[in-house]
Amino acid sequence: MNIVVCVKYVPDAQSDRSFKADNTTDREAVDGLLSELDEYAVEAALALNEAGDGGEVTVLTMGPEDAADAIKKGLQMGADKGVHVLDDAIAGSDAVASSLVLAEAIKKLGEIDLVITGLASTDAAMSVVPAMLAERLGLPQVTFASELTVEGGTARIRRDGDTASETIEASLPAVVSVTDQINEPRYPSFKGIMAAKKKPVETWGLGDLGVDASQVGLDAAWTKVESVEQRPPRSKGEVVTDEGEGGKALAEFLASRKFV
Amino acid sequence: MAEVLVLVDHVDGTVRKTTAELLTAAARLGEPSAVFVGTGFETAKDALAQYGAAKVYRVEDPAVTDHLVAPTAEVLAQLVGQASPAAVLLPSSAEGKEIAARLAIKTESGLVTDATDVQPGEGGGVKTVQSVFAGSYTVTTSVTKGSPIVTVKPNSIPVQEAAGAAADESVTVALSDLATAAKIVDRKEKAASGRPQLTEAAIVVSGGRGTGGDFGPVEQFADSLGAAVGASRAAVDAGWYPHSSQVGQTGVQVSPQLYVAAGISGAIQHRAGMQTSKTIVAVNKDPEAPIFELVDFGVVGDLFQVLPQATTEVQARKG
Ligand SMILES: Cc1cc2nc3c(=O)[nH]c(=O)nc-3n(C[C@H](O)[C@H](O)[C@H](O)COP(=O)(O)OP(=O)(O)OC[C@H]3O[C@@H](n4cnc5c(N)ncnc54)[C@H](O)[C@@H]3O)c2cc1C
Ligand SMILES: Cc1cc2nc3c(=O)[nH]c(=O)nc-3n(C[C@H](O)[C@H](O)[C@H](O)COP(=O)(O)OP(=O)(O)OC[C@H]3O[C@@H](n4cnc5c(N)ncnc54)[C@H](O)[C@@H]3O)c2cc1C
Repeated sequence: MNIVVCVKYVPDAQSDRSFKADNTTDREAVDGLLSELDEYAVEAALALNEAGDGGEVTVLTMGPEDAADAIKKGLQMGADKGVHVLDDAIAGSDAVASSLVLAEAIKKLGEIDLVITGLASTDAAMSVVPAMLAERLGLPQVTFASELTVEGGTARIRRDGDTASETIEASLPAVVSVTDQINEPRYPSFKGIMAAKKKPVETWGLGDLGVDASQVGLDAAWTKVESVEQRPPRSKGEVVTDEGEGGKALAEFLASRKFV
Repeated sequence: MAEVLVLVDHVDGTVRKTTAELLTAAARLGEPSAVFVGTGFETAKDALAQYGAAKVYRVEDPAVTDHLVAPTAEVLAQLVGQASPAAVLLPSSAEGKEIAARLAIKTESGLVTDATDVQPGEGGGVKTVQSVFAGSYTVTTSVTKGSPIVTVKPNSIPVQEAAGAAADESVTVALSDLATAAKIVDRKEKAASGRPQLTEAAIVVSGGRGTGGDFGPVEQFADSLGAAVGASRAAVDAGWYPHSSQVGQTGVQVSPQLYVAAGISGAIQHRAGMQTSKTIVAVNKDPEAPIFELVDFGVVGDLFQVLPQATTEVQARKG
């Protein structure tokens, strides 16, 4: 199958993430990486083609210069080629504009069977881009998959909600998002790392996609961040060591706060 | 006054607390109109009236609930076209966010997810507050384009009762082929635990790897407090507790009055799901565990000693 995997380049969650003066995420001050949850999407695509009749896996990212690292990681894991949508005008785009650019890039890739995404990015974590892609591409949406199989042109997933576990089916082509329950992403092998260096990566600007600069970026956003404020770190409260009365002390605290 | 659409979150007509929260928030922006999709309207009606729904758009077509997300987005888009609401509010569940996502594209409206507060904007529109980067920043955003679409985090808005007429308005929908492209072919309901629902519980008690697989003390302590039970990913991955109970970045995000973490170290991904809790308590045998940096109260000790003693003490105090 021809599969497009959307991978986002995000600031490392372990570092001190922050904002710039224009209230957009500071993507230079901290190390970035392939959003960990998108590794599950890459793995799902590779596994499908390895188990099936093969095909091409394309990793697609939209992001700054450094986002090439996210593509590199995908190629090292085993994807066949990469597409990097890079254009200064994109900076500060909201989810609506991001999904427009990604959707146009997917259309430009031609005949595809599946679009696979992660469950959420690890920075903004909205979990909306997959549904937006389905809407824009006019494809069925089968999202939050903790299991995924494709058979006879039909994708079938398990989606676990808080009250029920559902089995959902749709015919291909479709947009699938996968959770971190679906698989165990592989580590790039030495061979994979070497092979990745020779794999093709294309860089596209908005012009290549027929998207006008006025449709994207901070000024075009339909939502406007008015202010960002760092929360004072939670001040550490009392910590007692249990010497036989720890449980009572805990109950005492809860009573003092009227929880009991 | 302009209408504000609220998508009702319910299980066969039993309305969830999030709906009361959304109706309360909607009343700040205009006249709340509930949108009820599915069966059980008669059960839901009183609760919707109690929290101020002036109108209830009722959609009973089984095609809407037999398919994933897309049909509900079409229903809402139709209502937005009809009513030009001042805003559309949805619960910040996986489904709520996906419906909101599609609706934003269909109606060319700005979207904010996981809002912890919603207020009217100064120059029109809607102003929202979000907590981002694992709770380390607070972001205020205004939505000016279209009919602002906002998903609201459970437990964020203090509920206020307000009598509403809940006037019943049946809606017929003409769904596109695309809306019914992803079909729900099987549905296994989860056995009810008898405990409050995790995202709306006032108190959550969670267990981690430190339980060693025995959630007994965690559950008993939770029950003494009338709490929901959560789990860390380590406990879920080990198969000790269902994934639907996982608290954190890739599980559910909770914001209760009280969060108790027992045998949980406090990894950033776990904190992303509980850091906005009002009061945080931890029991951990390692005094260096990062979870202690967040706590209002902590006990360094063995959870198998501390929790049963606390349970007995709580029960005694409750009489
Ligand atoms: C703190 C913060 C808050 C924000 N709040 C809002 C808001 O309220 N409203 C709004 O409209 N925008 C908001 N944004 C902007 C928004 O994050 C970006 O527009 C982003 O591109 C889409 O959202 P997401 O990262 O949450 O993606 P999600 O919907 O969480 O991503 C799901 C999947 O989509 C794919 N994907 C997402 N982005 C890309 C990409 N650039 N390249 C390749 N694949 C991708 C990945 O597979 C990913 O796993 C916010 C950004 C930040 C940093
Ligand atoms: C992409 C990604 C997403 C993730 N999403 C999530 C998520 O949504 N939720 C989540 O929780 N994690 C998530 N994680 C995992 C996270 O990084 C941690 O590995 C996980 O939270 C650890 O769980 P834990 O605290 O139970 O286990 P540990 O870190 O092993 O901590 C166990 C703690 O128990 C204490 N302990 C042991 N025995 C006792 C005892 N008898 N009494 C008292 N204390 C005891 C120990 O001192 C220790 O502090 C994610 C990771 C990744 C990479």
